Order: sequence, then C-alpha cells, then structure tokens
Amino acid sequence: MNAPLRNDGLRLLNGNHAVAWGVRLAAPDVAPVYPITPQTPILEQLIAFQAEGAFPCDMITPESEHSAMAAAVAASATGARVFTATSSQGLLLMHELLHYAAGARLPIVMFNVNRTPAAPWGFWPDQTDSLAQRDTGWVQLYSESPQESLDSVVQAFRIAEAAELPVMVNHDAFYVSHALEPVDVPDAGFVAEFLPRRTRALRLDPALGRSVGAPAGQAAWHQARREMEAAMARVESLTEAAGQAWGAATGRPYGALECYRCDGAEMVFVTMGSMAGTARVAVDALRAAGHKVGLVRVRLLRPLPAAALREALAGRQSALVLDRNHSPGLGGILHQELAAALYGHADMPRLHGFLAGVGGTNVPVERLVALAGETRDTTPAQHPIWLE
Amino acid sequence: MNDLTHTAAGSQPYVDAGRFCAGHAACGGCAEALSMRVILNEIGDDAVGVVAPSCTAIILGGHPTNSARIPFVHGLIETAAAMGTGVRRGLNAQGREDTLVVCFAGDGGTYDIGLQALSSAAERDEDILYICFDNEGYMNTGGQKSSSTPLDAATGSTPLGKLTPKKNLVEIMAAHRVPYIATASPSDLPDLAAKVRRARDMRGFRMLIVLIPCLPGWGVADDSAVRVARMAVESGVFPLLEVTGGLEWKLARPSRTRPVADYLAAQKRYRHLDADGRAALQAAVDAGRARLEALERINPAG
Repeated sequence: MNAPLRNDGLRLLNGNHAVAWGVRLAAPDVAPVYPITPQTPILEQLIAFQAEGAFPCDMITPESEHSAMAAAVAASATGARVFTATSSQGLLLMHELLHYAAGARLPIVMFNVNRTPAAPWGFWPDQTDSLAQRDTGWVQLYSESPQESLDSVVQAFRIAEAAELPVMVNHDAFYVSHALEPVDVPDAGFVAEFLPRRTRALRLDPALGRSVGAPAGQAAWHQARREMEAAMARVESLTEAAGQAWGAATGRPYGALECYRCDGAEMVFVTMGSMAGTARVAVDALRAAGHKVGLVRVRLLRPLPAAALREALAGRQSALVLDRNHSPGLGGILHQELAAALYGHADMPRLHGFLAGVGGTNVPVERLVALAGETRDTTPAQHPIWLE
Repeated sequence: MNDLTHTAAGSQPYVDAGRFCAGHAACGGCAEALSMRVILNEIGDDAVGVVAPSCTAIILGGHPTNSARIPFVHGLIETAAAMGTGVRRGLNAQGREDTLVVCFAGDGGTYDIGLQALSSAAERDEDILYICFDNEGYMNTGGQKSSSTPLDAATGSTPLGKLTPKKNLVEIMAAHRVPYIATASPSDLPDLAAKVRRARDMRGFRMLIVLIPCLPGWGVADDSAVRVARMAVESGVFPLLEVTGGLEWKLARPSRTRPVADYLAAQKRYRHLDADGRAALQAAVDAGRARLEALERINPAG
C-alpha cells in the first residue's frame, strides 16, 4: 500500500547547509548572491557544490544585494529558474526590487535568514527584517528546523512557479541557520519530478518581442494588482498541495499551519519559526501536568491563511501569540495579523500578544509554562507585553 | 530634416532598417530619438534590451506599446548594469549566448545612482553593451544637475552654474580595463553606427557614451540639437574617442576647430558666464585635450 519513501539518507546538516542541499536539488539556472552573516554558509555551500560539479548553476557575485536582486529579477524575466539568499540589511537593501519582482510576477525563490536590523548592530534571530517586507507581494514561509528549511525551499519553487509569484522562505539566525541536526535529503529523481520545468508565456525573448515592466496606465496598473491578488488567493491551496505531495513521497507533510496537540486545547500558543520548538516542549510539559494546551504554528504568513487560522482557533478560550519581531508603536506583527483575521468573528479566543525573544533573547520553556498559568483567566492587555 | 535622412556629409541617404518605430514619444527634434534609430538598426533583431528610467524609457513608450522591435525590461534607475547581467545569465542558461544584451540608461542612471552596479558589471566583464545617453543632467525630471553636468552649467538645482567639473566617466571605466569604451555624437551618425557595430561584434563589457543636447534642458532650439552636438565635438568639449582594453586610446581628429565660446553661445546653460568664465572653460578644454593626447601617446591603439 505505502510506496517506499524517496529519501536519499540522513546527513548531519546545519540549517543553512540544509537550504543549500534543497537548492542543489531544485537546480536553479541562475543564482546571484551577495554574502552577509548569517546567510553566508548557504552561498559558500552552493559554491562548493558548483566547484565539485554537482550544481550546474550560473552563480553571480555582484557588488550588493540590490544588484543581486536586480540580476535575479532580470534573469527570471528571461524565463530562467532563479534563486538567491540574504539576511537582514541585505533584505532591506533589496526592498525596492522586492516590489518589482512581485509586480512583474517573477517566480524567484529567496532564502532569508531572519536577523536583527541595525541600529544598534546585532546578529541575532529576529523576524522584523522579513515581516517588514510583507506588503511587497512575496509569498512568505517560516521554517522551524533545518529539515523543514530544506523541504520548504524545494516546495517554494513549486509554489512560485505555479502562482507566478516570488517566494521567500525564512528561518531564524543561528537557532536554525547554524544548528546541526540529522536531515533527510530527498532523492534527486523525486525532486526533478516534483519541480517539472515549464516554459513561461511571458518572458524576454526577441522571438516574442514582449517587454516587461513598461509604464502602464491607471487601468492596466489596477488590473495587474487584481491579478496579483487572484494569484495570492491560490497560494494557500498550492502550499497545502505541495506539502501533501511532499509528505506522500518523503513522509514529511506540510501545510499552511501546523496544529500541535490542539485536540481539546483550551489555550494555544501561536508563533512562527524556531520559537515553535520551544513552545512545543512547553505544550508537552503543560499537557503532562494535565492542562489542555496546544500550539498553532504559522508556516505561511503571506498570504495569511485567515480562514484556516479562525478554524484552528475557534472555540479556544485563549491564544498566546509569541512574536520574535517588533513593530514600534504597534507591538508584535503576528499578533496584529491575527487580531485582524479574528476580528468580528464569533467564537474566537481571547488574544494575548507577547514580544517574546525580541533581539534573540532566550525564552526558556519554563517561561512559557509559567506564562500559560499567568494568562489563564486574565483579560488581554491593551499594550504589547514584553516577555522577560 | 537633413540630419534624419542624410549622413553628416550630406551625401549618402540613410537606409532605415526599421527597428525603431514611428510614433515614439520623444520631444520633437530630440537627438536621442535619432541616435536610438541608428543604434537599434545596427544592433539587429537578436537582442534583448534593458532600460533604466530615463528619457529612453519614455521614448520607448508605455505598455502595451514599444518603439523598439526588440523586447525591453524596464528596470529601476540604478539597475541597468545589474539587470543587463541578469538577462545575460538567464539567456546563457537557455543556450542563448549569442543574443545581444543592450542596456540603455541616462547619465543620472549611469554617472550617479547606477555607478555602483555599473562598476560591478564592468569588473566582472559582463558580456553586455551599455549605452549611456548623456544629456548632462536629470532632464526627464525637469532639468536638475547630475555628476555629469559640466562646470558652470546652469540647471534647476545649480541655477548659478555648477561649481565642480563633469565626472570623468571614460577614465573611470577605462580603469576597469573593459574591452571597449567609446564616445559618440548624433552629429556624426556614420561614426556612431561604426562604433555600435564594433561594440556589437565584441564580447565582454562594452560601453558607449552618446552626448545628447537636451532641447528644453539646455535651452536649445527645436532644430538645433544636432548642430549643438557638432559644436561640442568641434570645440573639443566632448571629444570623440575609443578606449580598447582600458589602455589603448584613440582620439578623433581634427580637434578644436572652433572656440568653446561658440558652443557656449548656442545654448542657455552658460548665459551667466562673462568673458573670463568663458576663457576659463576654454583653458579647461585645452588642458583636457592635452591630457588625452598624453594618454594616447603612452597607450596608442594597436
């Protein structure tokens, strides 16, 4: 009944090297990349694969992330499969091009290592860099582990090429990017089947003569945005389908959300990225003590799977949102996204927002266990709560 | 009219290959449209264009029109060289190494905001042809100074005249040791065409800087863009030259067959200058020529 899983064996990989393995299997044609801590091991590993002949990709090393993304945009506009990777300041420098890439409907895949933006300088896990890009039109996925980062970067190409939208996959600096764990590397033949090559109808080709990005009138610009929105509306189901197909072949299914021990849960943590690992252990501890607590991990942040979130949270007494990011004057960004998604719907939980581990500070399991007790019967605060 | 249909010598009618279409959006009398016609005709059909926001982007026209037969990606202002790189590598990955990649940018997108990406593409010797239409300022936004604006020229942001000289981009690019750099002028279309052909048939990073007198920006009459460009060349203000491999210099001759004052008087940018100011610019042009001739003596074209 069950087909054999199509994995090629376990390797001890850190998060960034796991990404490089995924990219190697996805076989992009062009990869412009500029180095930045803590993304650099992705770049170095890809160059090493290329040097040994295992990664026949044209890698470009421009003078800046801005030019890296400009080259990625232009290469993708010719119809090539394109990958790049960055972090923090690099992502912020790319910002102008991120809008362009999405507007031009280019299926670029980028890996971003979530790192604090200056000032002050810091090199710590924090998702403010990518969350500050959430209005650019890029699909955003957040990964919890090296294994998931490998799996997600491959799935990202499938989602991007089906939706004709760029996809950004994120994992946290050091806690994931440099953490070693055994990673199952899928079979190359499977990945080739999973990512069939397709010729894009709109591409730069003298034989077609079609231009990209030319100034458009108001009606055409408006129409382009509506088409982007329609494409975004397909992304959640594309993400679910890609995750299910991946799971059928590798034994590791994925979706837009992950619900962990949510059956009968009266209280759930909601978070993204590596914080989910801590919350998972806290949930186990709380369950062991007889408390009905679960975890909802948001893997797909753009487009926000609002209906799925409402379904996952309906009937719970409270939801504790853990944000390792900070929008000054507002609070945690996932908290705000959830508040907007839940507002006005019946049967929604009390929503508590916590700025948890901003700047990469440690949030121990015991702190989350205690938090569950502290918030059990309290009314959510009007202001963001900093978790010490 | 003569300049559109005849060569500078006025003898041979121009045979238009039709790669630059009627109905383009240039100002009437603009020498950039004329130059684009010659350049696109020489480039041929197997090419992909990159255009930075500039007069060129306006002239090419808005979606869904395109004044050129070849497709263009309309990039961001600082990205012409980086996007040219991306198009090049993307085409290469699909076995299209012989498709020419040509970038068009103004002096703002080249001397100023695009210089970083330009330097990087030149350093990597990307296989692209980069064409800068140099109208010595941000003319598309109403005429502000760029780092290409010459000493003393009045613009919207230098109303009393610019205090510093024009950036020497030719020498900056030559220092990158790229295969080919040339300057050209719409006043000598056979020379422009020959330089485009030469650049087209080379590989690696090639650059053409074409002087474009801007009718409203410089205060030039609608029928005088080519005449003013010719004066720029003849006075030595804009020397025509080629640099091969970054080292071998070749200057067009004769040079300085008319005084700089003639060129200054043909436009409104220098109206505020007195005789001393004009003499100082003549001296600067003479000194610049002496420096170029010294470079040519040391590193003659083979």
